[in-house]
Amino acid sequence: MSQTNAISQASVAYFSGDDLARNRDEIAAGKLWRFPGGIHPPERKELANQRPIARMPIPKRLYVPLKQHIGQPGALLVQVGEQVLKGQPLTAPGPNAGLPVHAPTSGVIAAINDHPSAHPSALPVPTIILDTDGEDSWTERQPIADYREHSAAELIAHIAAAGVAGLGGAGFPTAQKLSAQGKLDYLIINGAECEPYIVSDDRLMREHAAGIVRGIRIMQHISGIEQVIIAIEDNKPEAIQAMTDACSGQAGLSVRVIPTKYPSGGERQLIQILTGREVPGNGLPQDIGVLMQNTGTAYAVYRAVIFGEPLLERVITLTGEALSRPGTVWAPLGCGVEDLLEFAGYQGYPKARVIMGGPMMGFTLPRLDVPVIKGSNCILAPARKELPTAGTEMACIRCGACADVCPASLLPQQLYWLARDHDHDGLRDYNLADCIECGACAYVCPSEIPLVHYYRQAKADMREQYIEKQKAEIAKERFEARKARLEREKQEREARHARAAEARKQAQAEREAAAAAAPATDTTDATPAAKKPNDRIAAAVARAKAKKAAQAAESSPEPQPEQAPMSKDDRVKAAVARAKAKKAAQAAESSPEPQPEQAPMSKDDRVKAAIARAKAKKAAQAKALQASENSEGKVSNKPESLPDSSNSAQAADPAPEATPGEPSPSRNKQGSDQ
Amino acid sequence: MSFYIASSPHAHQRRTTSDLMRIVALAMIPGIIAQWYFFGWGVMLQIILAVATAYAAEALCLQARERSSIQGLRDNTALVTALLLAVSIPPLAPWWVIVIGVAFSIVVVKHLYGGVGQNLFNPAMAGYVVLLISFPVQMTSWLPPVDLTGNNISLFESIHLMLFQYTSQGYSVEQMRMVDTGALFDAVVMATPLDHIRSDLSQGLTLSESLQAPIFGGIAGLGWQWVNLAYLAGGLILLQQKVIQWHIPVSILVALAVFAGLGSAIAPDTLPGLDIHLLSGATMIGAFFIATDPVSAATSNRGRLIYGVLIALLIYVIRSFGGYPDAVAFAVLLANLCVPIIDKYTKPVTYGHGKGRSKTAGGGH
Amino acid sequence: MSFISGLLIGIAALAILALLSGVLLGFAAVRFRVEKDPVVEQIDSLLPQTQCGQCGYPGCRPYAEAIANGDDINKCPPGGQATIDQLADLMGREAKPLDGAHGVEEVKKVAYIREDECIGCTKCIQACPVDAILGATKQMHTVIADECTGCDLCVEPCPVDCIDMIALQQGPERWKWDLEQIPVTNVSESPTELATEVKS
Repeated sequence: MSQTNAISQASVAYFSGDDLARNRDEIAAGKLWRFPGGIHPPERKELANQRPIARMPIPKRLYVPLKQHIGQPGALLVQVGEQVLKGQPLTAPGPNAGLPVHAPTSGVIAAINDHPSAHPSALPVPTIILDTDGEDSWTERQPIADYREHSAAELIAHIAAAGVAGLGGAGFPTAQKLSAQGKLDYLIINGAECEPYIVSDDRLMREHAAGIVRGIRIMQHISGIEQVIIAIEDNKPEAIQAMTDACSGQAGLSVRVIPTKYPSGGERQLIQILTGREVPGNGLPQDIGVLMQNTGTAYAVYRAVIFGEPLLERVITLTGEALSRPGTVWAPLGCGVEDLLEFAGYQGYPKARVIMGGPMMGFTLPRLDVPVIKGSNCILAPARKELPTAGTEMACIRCGACADVCPASLLPQQLYWLARDHDHDGLRDYNLADCIECGACAYVCPSEIPLVHYYRQAKADMREQYIEKQKAEIAKERFEARKARLEREKQEREARHARAAEARKQAQAEREAAAAAAPATDTTDATPAAKKPNDRIAAAVARAKAKKAAQAAESSPEPQPEQAPMSKDDRVKAAVARAKAKKAAQAAESSPEPQPEQAPMSKDDRVKAAIARAKAKKAAQAKALQASENSEGKVSNKPESLPDSSNSAQAADPAPEATPGEPSPSRNKQGSDQ
Repeated sequence: MSFYIASSPHAHQRRTTSDLMRIVALAMIPGIIAQWYFFGWGVMLQIILAVATAYAAEALCLQARERSSIQGLRDNTALVTALLLAVSIPPLAPWWVIVIGVAFSIVVVKHLYGGVGQNLFNPAMAGYVVLLISFPVQMTSWLPPVDLTGNNISLFESIHLMLFQYTSQGYSVEQMRMVDTGALFDAVVMATPLDHIRSDLSQGLTLSESLQAPIFGGIAGLGWQWVNLAYLAGGLILLQQKVIQWHIPVSILVALAVFAGLGSAIAPDTLPGLDIHLLSGATMIGAFFIATDPVSAATSNRGRLIYGVLIALLIYVIRSFGGYPDAVAFAVLLANLCVPIIDKYTKPVTYGHGKGRSKTAGGGH
Repeated sequence: MSFISGLLIGIAALAILALLSGVLLGFAAVRFRVEKDPVVEQIDSLLPQTQCGQCGYPGCRPYAEAIANGDDINKCPPGGQATIDQLADLMGREAKPLDGAHGVEEVKKVAYIREDECIGCTKCIQACPVDAILGATKQMHTVIADECTGCDLCVEPCPVDCIDMIALQQGPERWKWDLEQIPVTNVSESPTELATEVKS
């Protein structure tokens, strides 16, 4: 570990040499910086932090969404009806460092379907529904007795396999964060928990300080960071005491007490408080030599490595005056909010609010059967008058109170005007993307404008527009490519026709020269590659019959290209019937005159169609035979309107599947025939 | 069971625009009382007329704009506009002056610009300037403070004066303004302290000679100094209640003091000192109540400082060298004009977009 | 005489000016030649590129050219009012409501082939302007949903009517914070339907 003097690349860019040294000295001396803005909403933490973290009875049913982190979900590993054990992976790790999910307890997979999600919209997402058996029997765990004997890569893989994601709220995969490249200066453990009401980290630090510290040690081992700063707001004296005790005598660990101010627990704000450094606008904390993890995450890493336990449960604060037994609880991931509220003695009332998360950044739940996931930290059920809902939105008076409290030094009122105007360029100019949606602006707004809501909608609009733009870009490319392809094929076809005509002339000449006995039974066409004239004649006759029959069957006055049935009877029958119905409908629509035979066609037609089908089948068989012999499909005499004319691909190999980018020859043919 | 759905945050400070404006109105009470004490019932009558006109105009405008008039009237912004204008005009100005002024403020300056939050100019000051330009005589007919004239005009006489410009005994407003100086003339028409200095200086008197006039009995003019101190007290209440930020009043007062100090050091005979500037005219009400109008002021803290200094500079320049004795209204309006550009150049640096920082980010915008 | 000479001088001056201007313009035309009409490019980049032809032109680019030549800007139903507004902005014209003759603005849709009914005729493949349908003769076809622009052009040619335009499923990732649209359902009244497959 020779990184004492190793200066991370990013830090160098951020500070010039002397400044960096001074900055490090200041940090070492315990200097605290302040971030602009911030508010002091009522903390209300005493509601839930009085009692130890409880354990709830295992709910009867768990809803485990396949994706509970930022990233992609993995493939399913289990099937409906399967018996699973606690800790058994239910999905494989997703692509691009996506995390697996595990069975939080033993039971049977009841279903795998879309279930309302722990999201403001509660839109359904793929979810594994697990009927628990109450046994809570573990699958085989793989603890790592001494993590020091393992390389960072091994431990990262282990943590990823355990499905550990950031428990602070966002749910970023911890393993991915830990595998950041380059030497970093500081590992910051975020125990600030600045949002009112929430006490999950507070209780966890009080009760499991030693575990958290061991988790920190493991993360230090992985990342090679020597300096660890544990940040706790000064409104949690017990947690500060517990963590200080656990850190005493541990080199490199320091507990830093920061003043209580919302949102000091925001990643960027906390970095600013502790280091005076600012994460670049579109950068990451590692760009300035900092890695931040939540206390809960540190504890989860500890459980994952030392005990081999995947992330199956987390501490959730159940709080609010509508609960008769508020407190914290170890909730299995996938536990329905209903069950948690019942455990805490929820007294519902009409038009109640149940908030997932805190009062500042949480979202209201439209229904209670949504599960808690890795990033959920609080369920807040306020009493009717506890958190007054925002009043009527009034006109902005440009008082600037929002700008005064914005921790990102944005101009919220300007963003508000721009968002109302849908001025996306303006929003970009005013750095909407840097808004952390902390809600401080809307909290102080005297006109009670739901500012954050405007920003969220604007952000979603901008994202949507970006996606649409990308899609339009791709669509355009594909359209151009297709046009180019059609043009190319046209030329190729012309060249081929010229060649074919040449060959035909030659063949004719040969035939005449040979003075064959039968003078041209086949009047339709001369196919250069034809080997067995008899088969071809038979096929042609069959086709002709089939066509006639089909035309007869088609009662519509306009001659319709008929389906030459190719495959299973019933399917074709259905298809033809549908097609007729469609044509009939169209004809009826387009021509005012009634078509007498349209309506009652069904039975009659079906008989005719059946005859046609039988004949066509014969034809098809003949053709199949022929096709098998003619490696070069051709038969340019087929009526073009027959759908199976595609079979007559002139080009060499009929590709089984056409990829859009590289179109198959059969499609070339089709395109050019039109 | 159905649930209430809302976007975060779910907690609110719950101090609404109406609350803020109500506090502003309440904080004006000390100043109003002082004005009433020194200048009689006129100010109260003006306030009543102004408020009535303001609410009527506001209701009409909201009606015409198809907005909810109940909600609009409740925000108290019209009340504050009316109060500011009412205390700014001479107490015995004819009744139609204040009615025209308030109606102009509300209808033209506020609602024609788009209503609350949209007006470029401070409505009260725009109304004041319109009155000053349109009715210069009526708008400069300030009464001397009561302790100078000694004649306490009764409520009835005040009403009579406002309605007809004569008392029931037939005295005109001009006569009511006569003060027996006992010196050179039998009586002179008394003006405000700032007026007085201006006219004396234009007549070739020096500043110290001018300050001998009876109206300068105290620090900066009898009556006026107490009115200013009363508004200062109200302003401190606003600061304490966090209704306004300190930036604008402090920058105005400090800058004005600096300019006045410099000026009187350079030209003691012609430029009044900081006592006169700070405690005369509309300085305090301007600094704490008028310039801090959130709608028309600069919005960032740095911008507010610049805005305040600009107002102070304009006040000082106009008072010292311009054509009007007092200048708060003009200064505020001119500074209002500069707000967009001030805001543009005092845009705070967003977190993570500081100098030299974007290069680690691979180039922010 | 002087009148004549004045006239001549005037004519001469004008002629010289005209000559100079002509040279200048000619030079500029060569020197600052613009290969393509950049306006067409800009318009094209605003259009949604569904290539649906609802505007009456065979694709987005032809419509872009038509707009540049003065055609109305309100003929693009897939783009909807947002596109019209942007076009109005770009062209400095008045934003009009969408011309109903060309269709109405609908939710975004993608084509979906009922695969067990597909007979493998490839007609839809030919119709697709962006090659978003996979398949070969007598093989089942399928739509690459990500590439489908929802243009509707494949529905008509299908002889067995097995193509549906289905509304694009909205996931939480692309939810647009429309609180009004959250279905508030009574939990006890909506029994969870247990399907056996994960819908994608």
